[in-house]
Amino acid sequence: MAASQEEVLTGLADIVNEIAGVPQDEVELDKSFIDDLDVDSLSMVEVVVAAEEKFEVKIPDDDVKGLKTVRDAVDYIVKAAA
Amino acid sequence: MKSTERNDAARTVVVTGLGATTPVGGDVATTWSALLAGTSGARALTEEWAAQLPVTFAARIAVEPLEVMPKVEARRLDRSGQFAMIAAREAWLDAGYAAKNTAHEDAPDALVVDPVRLGVVIASGIGGVTTLLDAWDTFREKGPRRVGPLTVPMLMPNSPAANVGIELGARAGVHTPVSACASGAEAVAYGLEMIRSGRADVVVCGGTEAAIHPLPMAAFANMMAMSKRNDEPQRASRPYDKGRDGFVMGEGAGVLVLESAEYAAARGARVYAEVAGAGLSSDGHHIAQPEPTGRDIARAMALALEDGAIEPQEVVHVNAHGTSTPAGDVTELKAIRATLGDAAADKITVTSTKSMTGHLLGGTGAVESVATVLALYHRTAPPTINVDDLDDEVDLDIIRDEPRALPDGSVVALNNSFGFGGHNVVVAFRRFG
Repeated sequence: MAASQEEVLTGLADIVNEIAGVPQDEVELDKSFIDDLDVDSLSMVEVVVAAEEKFEVKIPDDDVKGLKTVRDAVDYIVKAAA
Repeated sequence: MKSTERNDAARTVVVTGLGATTPVGGDVATTWSALLAGTSGARALTEEWAAQLPVTFAARIAVEPLEVMPKVEARRLDRSGQFAMIAAREAWLDAGYAAKNTAHEDAPDALVVDPVRLGVVIASGIGGVTTLLDAWDTFREKGPRRVGPLTVPMLMPNSPAANVGIELGARAGVHTPVSACASGAEAVAYGLEMIRSGRADVVVCGGTEAAIHPLPMAAFANMMAMSKRNDEPQRASRPYDKGRDGFVMGEGAGVLVLESAEYAAARGARVYAEVAGAGLSSDGHHIAQPEPTGRDIARAMALALEDGAIEPQEVVHVNAHGTSTPAGDVTELKAIRATLGDAAADKITVTSTKSMTGHLLGGTGAVESVATVLALYHRTAPPTINVDDLDDEVDLDIIRDEPRALPDGSVVALNNSFGFGGHNVVVAFRRFG
């Protein structure tokens, strides 16, 4: 499923809101999951698994460590879904 | 413990805060009025799975956690952890402390407890069974990748205690006694000991359970332990009645804030009652059947009296374990008489609030401790409902249908709790002031 950066950001913001309670409009590209959004490592796993299902992509565990910011995740998903 | 030590205000332990979420009320005030009014919390289960079970009713919580807890927080806690958190917050605020044990800008003078002097003891009989079974469903339907990373921290039996400990920043120790249906009372006994031994000034203690799920319901029913009065859920829990046929599954949590009398006095805290003593024993007999003579139940009660330097005639009331099973109810009453002696036993009143709440398993000893403490505080004990035809073997004064006044003076009330495995826990509370 091809998706634009904007679509992925919106979808990801919904996921982060559902899992961590962060308001959607605070999920911005330059925010760090851990430092800015208070998404701990366990919640990050939940975010990743939910994103895999929503965007029909695979995000191997080894790649999750590299997803520090929302932009990292959005770019990864856009590329993986292309 | 020597009596000289027991009189030391630092080792006298009092109850300063109460919290509960039960089948008859979402907080202590609602629960207490419902108990005095003789309200049953049992009802038919509406879930699709219920119809295929031999028992189709239970005592569900009166207020669903999502009505009082943010969704994001709720999804990180097992249902039993949600109950415990709700009851702990109520108890903590009721004791007069600052939310989350943290002073905020808008309440800079709010009372906080030194984290290294604050303990948490919250018990569960079964742990996060709903989380475990739901995760297994997910595994089978969607595969291992979809099993949530919070499954383990949610299902472990110490999870409710740990989460409450984190909420309050407690660092003196967080503990989880597991002794089936005695767990909640054991948590109170453990909290008492934490303060007496000097490990903590304040302990948040209690018990929680959330096991109304088809698997535990089927398993308990197959033990022939549960009432099958499916046509009359509210009449099913009937301790001491001739027609009793087993317990009614309940869910919920109770939490008490204990502190040393010295610590409570220094801050001018309202005191509900003293935790005078605790007695613990085990049957060494059978994994599910109560030992038929009640010898170890009696011994636990005697130990509680000894521990609290309580004379039998000071005991005026017992909140009995009384689960509404044919054998257990009467055995317990005989043990009460044997322990107190005829002169004292003839003057006490006995109640089983399980006739209204159902059996909260690991939560029961805590919720019933709350009821026992309130009975002393208000000098009014709640009734047992559904005793239409009193069992001929009952030879103690069961409070039936209407609440009963308790005598004046610094009287004592006992809370009895016993669990599968032969665990016997008795907590003695004394009217304070």
